[in-house]
Amino acid sequence: MTAVLSGRAVRPGDRIFSGLSLAAGVLVLVVMAAIAVFLVWKAIPSLTTDSANFFTEQQWLPDRDPPVFGIAVLAFGTVMTSLIAMGIAVPVGYGVALFIAFYGHRRVSTVLGFTVDLLAAVPSIIFGLWGLYYFMPRVVPFAEWLSTYLGWIPLFRNDLEIYTKSILMAGIVLAIMVLPTVSAISREVFLQVPRTQTEAALALGATRWEMIRMSVIPFSRPGMVSAAMLGLGRALGETIAVALLLSAIFEINWAITEPGGNTFAANIALKWGEAADNGRSALIAAGLVLFLITLAVNMIARWIIARHEEHS
Amino acid sequence: MAMLVRHPAFLGSCAVHRGGSLKRLAAAVATISIAGCAPAPPPVTIEVPPGLECASGTIKAAGSTAQANAITDWIVVYQTGCPDATIDYQAVGSGAGVEQFVAGQTSFAGTDSAADDEERAAAQDRCDGGAAINIPLVGGGIGVVYNLDGVEELTLDPPTVARIFANDITRWNDQAIVRLNPNVLLPDAAIAQFHRSDASGTTANFTGYLAEAAPDAWPYEPGKEWIAPGGQGAKGSDQVIASVDVTPNSIGYVDLSYVDVAVNARGALLDTGAGPVAPTPANASAMIAAAEVTGQDGNTELAFDYANPPAGAYPIVLVTYELVCSSGLADSFNPELVASFLTYAASDAGQATLAAGGYAPITGELLQRIREVISGMTP
Repeated sequence: MTAVLSGRAVRPGDRIFSGLSLAAGVLVLVVMAAIAVFLVWKAIPSLTTDSANFFTEQQWLPDRDPPVFGIAVLAFGTVMTSLIAMGIAVPVGYGVALFIAFYGHRRVSTVLGFTVDLLAAVPSIIFGLWGLYYFMPRVVPFAEWLSTYLGWIPLFRNDLEIYTKSILMAGIVLAIMVLPTVSAISREVFLQVPRTQTEAALALGATRWEMIRMSVIPFSRPGMVSAAMLGLGRALGETIAVALLLSAIFEINWAITEPGGNTFAANIALKWGEAADNGRSALIAAGLVLFLITLAVNMIARWIIARHEEHS
Repeated sequence: MAMLVRHPAFLGSCAVHRGGSLKRLAAAVATISIAGCAPAPPPVTIEVPPGLECASGTIKAAGSTAQANAITDWIVVYQTGCPDATIDYQAVGSGAGVEQFVAGQTSFAGTDSAADDEERAAAQDRCDGGAAINIPLVGGGIGVVYNLDGVEELTLDPPTVARIFANDITRWNDQAIVRLNPNVLLPDAAIAQFHRSDASGTTANFTGYLAEAAPDAWPYEPGKEWIAPGGQGAKGSDQVIASVDVTPNSIGYVDLSYVDVAVNARGALLDTGAGPVAPTPANASAMIAAAEVTGQDGNTELAFDYANPPAGAYPIVLVTYELVCSSGLADSFNPELVASFLTYAASDAGQATLAAGGYAPITGELLQRIREVISGMTP
């Protein structure tokens, strides 16, 4: 490229570098393709033995005769916990990022940014154990309050009077886990907003919130979307914390404060050790579905970003 | 006899490295080191049984997590008595353990339920001229644990246990429980039921017991996965006992070795018709001793008559097996050491070691039979 533009002979350094970057790019594609091929190849044997509908069956008994298993509960639990997590983490994450970028005193912002980044470094098993033994018992009153006063909404009904190990609990802990991803990326995006635009807005008499609404958010929207999507990616794939926090019950239950729920990743972690051949193949089939969901989420995110770029 | 508690390794070095310029780091290291430098626990005496016949070399084995502590205890004693031997047991789960044995990666496998005919046929290639056989070596019990403030003793019978875990009885002051415990004040509270969220042999044995001892109350097919409705799942016996321990008005089922670690949770007595029986290793041993041996030619699989346990026996038991070659294991996998180690495990000393860890020793005629199978193992 450079050579064409400048009209000079291609230097060896350029060629080596372009070759290396090409190789790195191709490698990523090869790895992705290899993962996809592996998942499909390993999943097929169990899918052919499944005596139930793989997409609508709620039980997961691939090692029984005949095998009965389906992803309905896993898909439901994965989507619900991720939705709750995103519902909390996205607004809070954006808020933290805006505070750090525009509101906070410089020193406070630095410390806060550092702390949030540190949150991302906590291993998920720690979040799981902390959530299970410290956080969950203390959030029970909140779940109780939800079901007492909002129990007329089917989502918050609780007939069991037991509020632990629910989709709601797992969702809240997941929210804390994805918060640093959302806030760190959107913070970086907010800091990219050209000074001239923000200052122009302020000079025209805009309040700080008007400035954010008129100059920061329009400029940052694609980045904010990617921040949310990366967070969603983590929420969808989170394994061990969710495996500890959910009840792993194979029944779709819309009452999110009652014990229940299961996700793709958690189910793989819980079932792999004792699974026989068909069981493992079935778990890989579930992994394949998660892979496709994650792929779809990322493609939608790309599409949203691309659309916004066209507009601006 | 002196019993080992746990391997007193990992004490590590207590030295604190004080860096010159990195003051804060040094302070952090000092804090960690102080925490790690608590007074050393009293030295654990490992008593090597007299007459231990040693083999040398190295073997790898893998499988069931349920018997991991038992095998670890045996390995500590065996390696202390036989310094030339190294045995490495990886607790990867029964399924993975059998798979590794079949794939020719290990010398034997530990499995929660006896390897079935299909798995044994797959493992046949490992045993040139011999057969892949199951040997029961680690017995245990499954305790029903509850957490009820002020209730020191709770008696349940098999149908009641089944109905509680089937979500059919949902409150502690249900007539079925009150009738069994006339002198106990039971709270008017919901039962918080905990079961295993991971696939496990404990669940398979527990549901197998309920299906046979209380068929009317337990309509679910027994298996490694929990399929009854309701309750809350927890990963591993350790988290079931931890959950029951911190949750008031809860109930769960765990391997017996976990009952004693709890503070608030207690093991429920089980009344199978001949009065309440406590969940102790000795009572579970009585049930295991009454097992019927199924399987031929050294393949020693056990079957229990759950509906009619001997008087005084605690009937919810599980027995885990080693999957081994009766003969023909390749020399590179050291069949001598396998046989020698299993001989020690089946000895009186080996089985006695188990009771201290909360397992239920195998006793009597059954143990004799197992010893005959092991002594018949030829390279």
